[in-house]
Amino acid sequence: MNRRGGLTAIDGAMALIALLLVVQMWLLTATLEAYLSGHSEPIFPAALISGLIFVGCFGLFLFIRRIDANVRITRQPD
Amino acid sequence: MRRVNSKSESLWSEEFAVEAAAEQYVSRRQFSKFLVLTSMGMFVGQIWILVKNWFRPTTVYKEKPVALISEIGIGEVKLFSYPEPADACIMIRTAADHYVAYSQKCTHLSCAVYYEKEANRLECPCHEGYFSVSDGSVLQGPPPRPLPTVVLKREGDNLIATGIKL
Ligand code: FES
Repeated sequence: MNRRGGLTAIDGAMALIALLLVVQMWLLTATLEAYLSGHSEPIFPAALISGLIFVGCFGLFLFIRRIDANVRITRQPD
Repeated sequence: MRRVNSKSESLWSEEFAVEAAAEQYVSRRQFSKFLVLTSMGMFVGQIWILVKNWFRPTTVYKEKPVALISEIGIGEVKLFSYPEPADACIMIRTAADHYVAYSQKCTHLSCAVYYEKEANRLECPCHEGYFSVSDGSVLQGPPPRPLPTVVLKREGDNLIATGIKL
C-alpha cells in the first residue's frame, strides 16, 4: 500500500474508533444513571457491549499499527 | 511542523525525536493509542459499576404507620418521613379511597416538591419540574427520573408505608 492509501485507511479506522468511543461514553452515562436510580437490569448487558466496543477499538488500533508499519516498510512514494 | 515520516528517518528516531518540535508532534498512531486507552478506561468504568452493583446491599424496608385516614381530607396533603427520619415524603389523598405517596425529593437536584391542587400535579419550585400525581412520572422540566413511590397499605384507620418503588 502506498502512503496516501495507508493514511486514508488509518484516518477511516480512527474515525471509527472515535465513533465507537462516543457510543461507549453514552453507554457509561446511561448505565451510571440507571445504577444511581436503583435499576440494575441494564448494567450487565451494558458492560458486555462496552467490552465488545473496547475489543473493536483495540482491533482497529492493531489494524492502524499494521498499516502504519506496512507503509513505513514499503516506503513507496505518494 | 517537520514531517516525522521522512524517508531518511528510521522508526526509532521518530518515536524518540531529538528535536523538541518533532517530539511534540502527535502521530496518528499515538493518538489512536490514546483513544483506545480512553475506551479501556470506559470499559473499566462499566466493570466498576457492575462490581458495585453486585455488592450493593438489598434494602429491606420496615413497615411504618405514616398517617391516619381521618386526618387527611380529599385533595389534602400529609408530609411524613420514610424510611429514615431524613427521607421526607408527601402523601396526597386524591379520592375518597385513594392515597398516593412519593418521596418529596425532586430527582433533579433534590429540592422539596409540593402538591399544586389547581393543576393537580407535584411541582418543584427550583427549576419548574412537574410530576404526575397518579404515578410520579415527570411531566415537564429537568428531572431525569420519576419520583420514587412509597408503597402504602391500609389497616383499619391507619395508612402504613411498606416500601419504596424506584
Ligand atoms: S431541583 Fe427540582 S427541577 Fe431542579
